[in-house]
Amino acid sequence: MNDRNLMSLYSANDMQAIVLTLKLASVTTVILLLISTPIALWLANTHSRMKALISASIALPLILPPSVLGFYMLLAMGPTGPIGAVTQALGLHTLAFSFTGLVFASVIYSLPFVVHPIYNALITVGRRPLEVAATLGASPVDSFFNVVLPLARSGFLTAVILGFAHTIGEFGVVLMIGGNIPGVTQVISVQMYEHVETLNYDQAHILAATMVIFSLVTLTLIYSIQRPFKHQKPSFSS
Amino acid sequence: MTGLFLELHLQQKSFTLEVDITLPSEGVTVLYGQSGSGKTTLLRCIAGLEKNVRGTIEFKQEQWHTDNKFVPTYKRNIGYVFQEPSLFEHLTTQQNLAFASKRVKGDKQNNEDHIIKLLGIEALLDHYPDQMSGGEKQRVAIARALLSNPSMLLMDEPLASLDTNRKNEILPYLEALKTKLNIPIIYVTHSPDEVARLADHLVVIDDGEIITSGPLSETLSRLESPNHLNAELGVVIDSTISEQDKQWKMSKILMSGEELWFHDDIHKNANEVGSLVRIQILASDVSLSLSARLGTSITNCLPATITEINDNLDTGITLVKLIIGDTAVISRISSRSAHTLNIHIGMKIWAQIKSAAVIR
Repeated sequence: MNDRNLMSLYSANDMQAIVLTLKLASVTTVILLLISTPIALWLANTHSRMKALISASIALPLILPPSVLGFYMLLAMGPTGPIGAVTQALGLHTLAFSFTGLVFASVIYSLPFVVHPIYNALITVGRRPLEVAATLGASPVDSFFNVVLPLARSGFLTAVILGFAHTIGEFGVVLMIGGNIPGVTQVISVQMYEHVETLNYDQAHILAATMVIFSLVTLTLIYSIQRPFKHQKPSFSS
Repeated sequence: MTGLFLELHLQQKSFTLEVDITLPSEGVTVLYGQSGSGKTTLLRCIAGLEKNVRGTIEFKQEQWHTDNKFVPTYKRNIGYVFQEPSLFEHLTTQQNLAFASKRVKGDKQNNEDHIIKLLGIEALLDHYPDQMSGGEKQRVAIARALLSNPSMLLMDEPLASLDTNRKNEILPYLEALKTKLNIPIIYVTHSPDEVARLADHLVVIDDGEIITSGPLSETLSRLESPNHLNAELGVVIDSTISEQDKQWKMSKILMSGEELWFHDDIHKNANEVGSLVRIQILASDVSLSLSARLGTSITNCLPATITEINDNLDTGITLVKLIIGDTAVISRISSRSAHTLNIHIGMKIWAQIKSAAVIR
C-alpha cells in the first residue's frame, strides 16, 4: 500500500482534523515545556509552605472530569470571566470556540503530565551535580543547560511525549470550550465522536484504530527511554 | 591578612557553628572532628554552598562574604572535592576534566597533562564514571578540581567512601599534591591517620566550635587536646635524615643534638641523607626510665625533661609530655608506673623510644 492509498483512507474532514490535532499538540507541548520547567525547578528547590497547594493545583486536571475543567474555563473565557475581561480590554475576541482558546485549555489540562516527569527527574538528579558545577566555575544558567538538562533528559523526553500524547487524546475540554468547528476546533476525538453520532462506523473505526496505534507507539517509546541511565559500552558477553 | 579569614555564625539543626579563625595561606590545614561536629559545614561555608551564614569570609584580601556581600560559589576561585566522587555521569573522564578547564577565567595554565599524570588517570580518559572504581573516580574528581585552576583546594573527606586498599591507593597522590602545588589545601577528616600523614596545620572542631588550632607538631604535643588525638597519634616530627646505616636499613634524624634512629620504610622510595621525612612517635611506644639502661632491645634511649603531666585517674592512664633537645614527645604510661617513678614536672628522665615510624 503506497502513501496515496493510505491517505485515501481518511476523508478530507478527517485529514483536516488530524492536521489540526497535531498542530494543537505541538503548540501546546512547546508552551508547556517553557512554563513547566521553571515550575518544576521551583517545586524541586522550594521550602515554601505554598508548595503543597501549588502541587495540588497543578495536579487537579488529573482528577477532575474534563467537562468540569472545560465548564470553568468556558466561564472564565466568557465576556464576564477574568480571562474574557482581559481579552476584551485588549480588543480581542473571546477565546471560547477559537484555536487560541483550545491551546490555552490544553496547556492547563496537560500541565501535570509535563510538570511531574520534569520534577521527578530534577529530584533524582539532586543538588549535588549543581554544587559540583558551581565549584568548577559554572553559573546557574550554564549548569542548567550543561549538567541538569543532560542528566534529566529522560525526564524531559517523557514530559514532551506525555504532554503531546495527552493533548491529542483530550475530548471533554475541547467539546466544552472549542465546540466542533472544522479547521478551527474540530480535533480527531471530536471528529470521531461525530462519526459515531452519524452512524458512520467505518470512518470511526479508521480514526479509532489510528489513535490506538499512535498511543501504543507513544507508550512504548516512553518505557524504552525510562530505563536507568547507563553508559556501558556494548560488550560481546551480554 | 594573608590567609583565609573566617568569622562565621550558622544555626544548624543539631549544632551552632561559631567560628573565628585565620587559616594559613599555604600547606595542608586539616579540619579534624567527629561526625556531626560541623567540619563539613565549615568547609561548605568557605565554598559558599551554605545559605543563611552570617559573618565574614576573606581570602587574600578578597572579600567573599560580608554582611552585605555574597560572592556565589562559581565566582570564588576554589576547587572542591566531595566525599563521594561526584563525577558528571553523562560525561567521560576527558569531558569531566574539560568541564573544569573550559571554565577557567583569566590565564589558562597548560598543565593538564601534568595533572593527569600526577593522579595517574591517563588510562581512564575515555571511561564513563560507571566504568570506574570508587578510587579511580575520586582521582578523576581531584584532577577535575585542580584543572579549574583554583587558588585554594577544599577536600571533604575524600577518602571516607573508600575501603582501606583504595585509601592507600590515593594517599600517595595526595601527598604528592601537597608538595607539587602552591595553593593552600583545606582537608576535612575524622581519621587520625590522615591527620598524621597529611596535616601541616591542625584545626580540631567539636560541636560547631574550634577547640584547638596550630601547626601539627605543636598541636599534637599539647596534652590538654580534648579529643586526645595525641593519645592515639603521639607526636610527629618533620626533619631531615642526617645519617644512614645501609647494612641494617636504618636512618637517623637529629633533635638538637640527640639522635633518633628508625627503620627505613622498605615500601617507599629509598630516602637519602638530606631527605625530608615525617616521623611519628606513638605515645604508647615511649616508656620512661630513671637510668640510661643498656642491654635492652630498645634502640633509642634519650635524655628528657618532663614538662607536663596529665593523670587521668578514671582510666588509670597518664600522659607525660617530655622535651628531648628542643622536641616535644608524649609518653603514655600507666598511672601506677607514674606513681612508682614519682615523676614530677622539671624532672630529668630517660625516654626509651621503642620505635619511630616514617610516615612520609
